[in-house]
Amino acid sequence: MVATQETIDTVKETQGKYKYGFTTDIDMEMAPKGLNEDIIRFISAKKSEPEWMLEWRLNAFKVWQSLPEPDWAKLKFPQIDYQDSYYYAAPKSDKDRPKSLDEVDPKLLETYEKLGIPLKEQAVLAGVAVDVVFDSVSVATTFKEKLKEAGVIFCSISEAIQNHPELVQKYLGTVIPVDDHKFSALNSAMFTDGSFVYVPKGVRCPMELSTYFRINAMNTGQFERTLIIADEGSYVSYLEGCTAPQRDEHQLHAANVELIAMKDAEIKYSTVQNWYPGDEEGKGGIYNFVTMRGICEGANSKISWTQVETGSAITWKYPSCILKGDNSQGEFYSVAMTNNYQQADTGTKMIHIGKNTRSRIVSKGISSGKSDNTYRGLVKILPNATNARNFTQCDSLLIGDTCGAHTVPYIESKAPTAICEHEATTAKISDDQMFYAQSRGLDEEEATALIINGFCKEVLQHLPMEFAVEAQKLIAISLEGSVG
Amino acid sequence: MLNIKNLKAQLEENEEVQILKGLDLEIGDGELHAIMGPNGSGKSTLSYVLAGKEDYEVTDGSVELDGEDLLDMDPEERAAAGVFLAFQYPVEIPGVPMTTFLRTAINAIRKQKDEDEIDTLEFMKLIKENCRKLGIKEDMIKRPVNVGYSGGEKKRAEVLQMAILDPKLCILDETDSGLDIDALKVVSEGVNNLRNENRSFLIITHYQRLLDYIKPDHVHIMADGKIVQSGGPELALELEEKGYGDLLNDAP
Repeated sequence: MVATQETIDTVKETQGKYKYGFTTDIDMEMAPKGLNEDIIRFISAKKSEPEWMLEWRLNAFKVWQSLPEPDWAKLKFPQIDYQDSYYYAAPKSDKDRPKSLDEVDPKLLETYEKLGIPLKEQAVLAGVAVDVVFDSVSVATTFKEKLKEAGVIFCSISEAIQNHPELVQKYLGTVIPVDDHKFSALNSAMFTDGSFVYVPKGVRCPMELSTYFRINAMNTGQFERTLIIADEGSYVSYLEGCTAPQRDEHQLHAANVELIAMKDAEIKYSTVQNWYPGDEEGKGGIYNFVTMRGICEGANSKISWTQVETGSAITWKYPSCILKGDNSQGEFYSVAMTNNYQQADTGTKMIHIGKNTRSRIVSKGISSGKSDNTYRGLVKILPNATNARNFTQCDSLLIGDTCGAHTVPYIESKAPTAICEHEATTAKISDDQMFYAQSRGLDEEEATALIINGFCKEVLQHLPMEFAVEAQKLIAISLEGSVG
Repeated sequence: MLNIKNLKAQLEENEEVQILKGLDLEIGDGELHAIMGPNGSGKSTLSYVLAGKEDYEVTDGSVELDGEDLLDMDPEERAAAGVFLAFQYPVEIPGVPMTTFLRTAINAIRKQKDEDEIDTLEFMKLIKENCRKLGIKEDMIKRPVNVGYSGGEKKRAEVLQMAILDPKLCILDETDSGLDIDALKVVSEGVNNLRNENRSFLIITHYQRLLDYIKPDHVHIMADGKIVQSGGPELALELEEKGYGDLLNDAP
């Protein structure tokens, strides 16, 4: 049965259009283009950073210069011209930082409206404290009081460098060493802002912490730096979500996220990523080279990553866990969707060091259009990790016959008592499933969205409630134009 | 209600295999018709063609539902027009709870009719009531659609969907297959509860057994893509006695 003309028109209308494609006209304070020591000094001075921070950055820059580009991912993109990009842009209102939302640039608030984030309502209703990174500088932090009462520190990394230097110095770069790879060094040298969280001993963070990132200046690389420390017996759930406006030039985004879980602590980190993926010909779009790594430092600690990746022209991202403490646990739940010419190479590393450590990996890849979607994962079990356990499940779903799905699992086990399980499936949405759903009244897009959401269920159910709803919608939006 | 004239259909992928070869059938409001016939006679194809499965191409004839051209509609439009097919082999949709599926279906049909989405309380009530009638445990409908359902559970779930979507024309494709006698009774009772003067049924079955529980108004025998004999309930009994072979040979 042919799709009705109406469906075809709707699909044409929505195809390739990015729902959140717009830029806000706010005066930017820009550093000149290019990547060099002067720019680093400029950024550091701009933020009135202490000397040790500047030294750390300059050292990272030297390391960056000496490192080669990583080339092992299954990705195709032209050589990045690091000198042809701006590395610093701050909204002008930076000089008088607003003390409450009322003082925030109304244009900025307008942008949030367009994004569907009525900040005040959302913050109040959802009980979420929002630390908004709008082009590199945090402009609004809410619910600080409530967190303060609990003793939780939640602020921008710039503020943390000023106000909690002892914590930053102690932990920054301990999970992701500066010289880990080219992009981690780049971030270490250039990071403009990001979030900092410290949850003290025995404290259960009273709310979910959330940050919305948004790139909003032409050719501005974004280098977020996030550091989360959960002290003994504490718990924190952190949400990161992003949408970005449409533009033509490729944009480099290289975030570093470090998590540290002490004895009996638990960190849950959730991401919904929706950077601009490029148009239907594959032009434009964000390059997303992200390093995320957590360490289960103490016994019985736990780190859980959940990600929904629907955007970016290129996604290069492997949220990982170092399971150092005995009985510690690492989890990775991922949905990666690619459409048109998007490329995603994503997965995780689970490094088992402590005894009785456990890890669980559930990866769901969905490819459509002419896209390529790769799962790449490493499960490494060191000799002392007796009785370590890993379970890995990688499912791929293909829509149409011009896309690709690839699964590249590595398992290295040096402990004879360890048990690793790996399951992988590749499937297409069957005609029978489509017909069954359609015969109950669902149109093709509704049926596809339902089936895909079912396919992702195991991952989505690990997201906090309000995020899960958003993610389901996002999945449906990302599918538009891929069916029919 | 339903008016099928000279319906001819073939497999989309293989034009040489014509399955329906000029089928005529008229079902009045509130009537229950049973179609019986040997394997390969085209019974299931008829049900798929009526529901709009893409694998079949209609080459001739017409199908009207209350005067509307059914063949011109997409499957989801047919559902909104009131056609419901209870599948012989209900399809699994992993990760989608039956309740979610039901709610999505109700709302999809309502959307096509420009109606508001169903209210949560109303939906819960509807589900609860119908589950009770069909002896369905609430645990079952929380599980993903048909995944790991027993044969009996699958068929009950089909009748549950039928009850909830409130169709005009119910087509049951070998709903009795794979059912033990207890499940058969429950499912039959579910169907009987739905019978009324505005709702019509087309029941496809191999065996007379089902018709002991669901009393048909008319019985048709299908062979080689056509209806070759029609009669009252007694025809099914005759068939049970003689088998298809004899009966088809007797046919004029």
